[in-house]
Amino acid sequence: MKKTLFFALTAAIVGLASADEVQVAVAANFTAPMQRIAAQFEKDTGHKAVLSFGATGKFYAQIVNGAPFEVLLAADDETPARLEKEGQGMAGSRFTYAIGKLVLWSADPNRVDAQGEVLKSGNFRHLAIANPKTAPYGAAAVEALGKLGLLAGLQGRFVQGENISQTQQFVVTGNAELGFVALSQVLKDGKLASGSAWTVPASLYQPIRQDAVLLAKGKDKPAAGALLAYLKGDKARTVIAAFGYGLR
Amino acid sequence: MESAAHSADLAAVWLTLKLATVVTLLLLAIGTPIAWWLARTRSALKGVVGAVVALPLVLPPTVLGFYLLLAMGPNGPLGQLTQALGLGLLPFTFPGLVIASVFYSLPFVVQPIQNAFEAIGERPLEVAATLRASPWDAFWSVAVPLARPGFLSGAILGFAHTVGEFGIVLMIGGNIPEKTRVVSVQIYDHVEALEYTQAHWLSGGMVAFSFLVLLGLYTFNPARRKQP
Repeated sequence: MKKTLFFALTAAIVGLASADEVQVAVAANFTAPMQRIAAQFEKDTGHKAVLSFGATGKFYAQIVNGAPFEVLLAADDETPARLEKEGQGMAGSRFTYAIGKLVLWSADPNRVDAQGEVLKSGNFRHLAIANPKTAPYGAAAVEALGKLGLLAGLQGRFVQGENISQTQQFVVTGNAELGFVALSQVLKDGKLASGSAWTVPASLYQPIRQDAVLLAKGKDKPAAGALLAYLKGDKARTVIAAFGYGLR
Repeated sequence: MESAAHSADLAAVWLTLKLATVVTLLLLAIGTPIAWWLARTRSALKGVVGAVVALPLVLPPTVLGFYLLLAMGPNGPLGQLTQALGLGLLPFTFPGLVIASVFYSLPFVVQPIQNAFEAIGERPLEVAATLRASPWDAFWSVAVPLARPGFLSGAILGFAHTVGEFGIVLMIGGNIPEKTRVVSVQIYDHVEALEYTQAHWLSGGMVAFSFLVLLGLYTFNPARRKQP
């Protein structure tokens, strides 16, 4: 009995190790499109992408400290470049898979106007942003507010999400009336899913180039290479565009 | 830059101590009657109330954080109540953290006090009654002094547990300097931003603090010493 169990366990472990899986760290703003892409990827190639979602800064720290990720889809272009320089990312594997767009969003359909004038009205208590120290969309929000001359006036109303998903959750639950999130989070099939939004003009912040990189742990994994190639393909790009991202 | 970062750390430490102090005082006030009732009652509800009090020991902080965020939001029952009272909404505020922490640390205060009350037994209170002490008088001049070690343990554990809170604060705090950015959140921020030096200072401080608190609890608590 014990022996059978042992063999069964061994078989299971060996089976897991040899299956074509790729461990992917995905920036939180790319959650919804990546879930869709991963499902198609599995159907088309037989490889399975195991996804973890979170803040890019946190992933960086985890990767440097030995996390088992094989591919990183970052929310910026600096983190992948830094990983490559430090030998954690494979040289020549970096590319921009999406260009992020910042949006001011409220769960209330009547709150945000098409020009974002609501920011000047001050008619709200809390403005949710992602932590600008670690999340690129948070940094972009601070930059845009600075250019609008509203940063000093609104700083006292900031509530910070640990990543862009938590930031959206503060707004979804109505605890913050407004928040800066990624356009991809509030779009469904190319249209605003709910609430009201103002797409922040691209001139107000540095473009959010979101780069992918093959990590050292994925160097010899066929599934990792296949996923990166798949992200450059038409099927994936169609999904990415439908979520409102710019493409290269 | 260096000093700005330093003052942010100090602000987080100060806020954490303030939060833990307020929560501990509130919990002694709220927890004592609950502990007294649990220790003395023969009601069938004892099991239910005891289980509810102990829930935060078992539940992940994310469950509490999630429900508090909904309950205290504009559409939640607590949120509707606070808005009707003209207090606004509780998430992202210091009072919001206080309420969350009271739930979260409740068992750490109630249980030691309850144990201490139970250990007294009926006899001292009966004696007090024969000496014509009113129940109120007996409670204050007999039960409370005899249960002092339990109050001490409860206060220390409640304080320490609130200092160590992280998940709920992360979920309902919004990381606002001097309002909701407590030490544990500040450490998390430092680690995420790769500011390991500052993270080490605060984390090392937490280890030392926690060790000293527990050392004090285990060394000086007479209730524990008496046990065989």
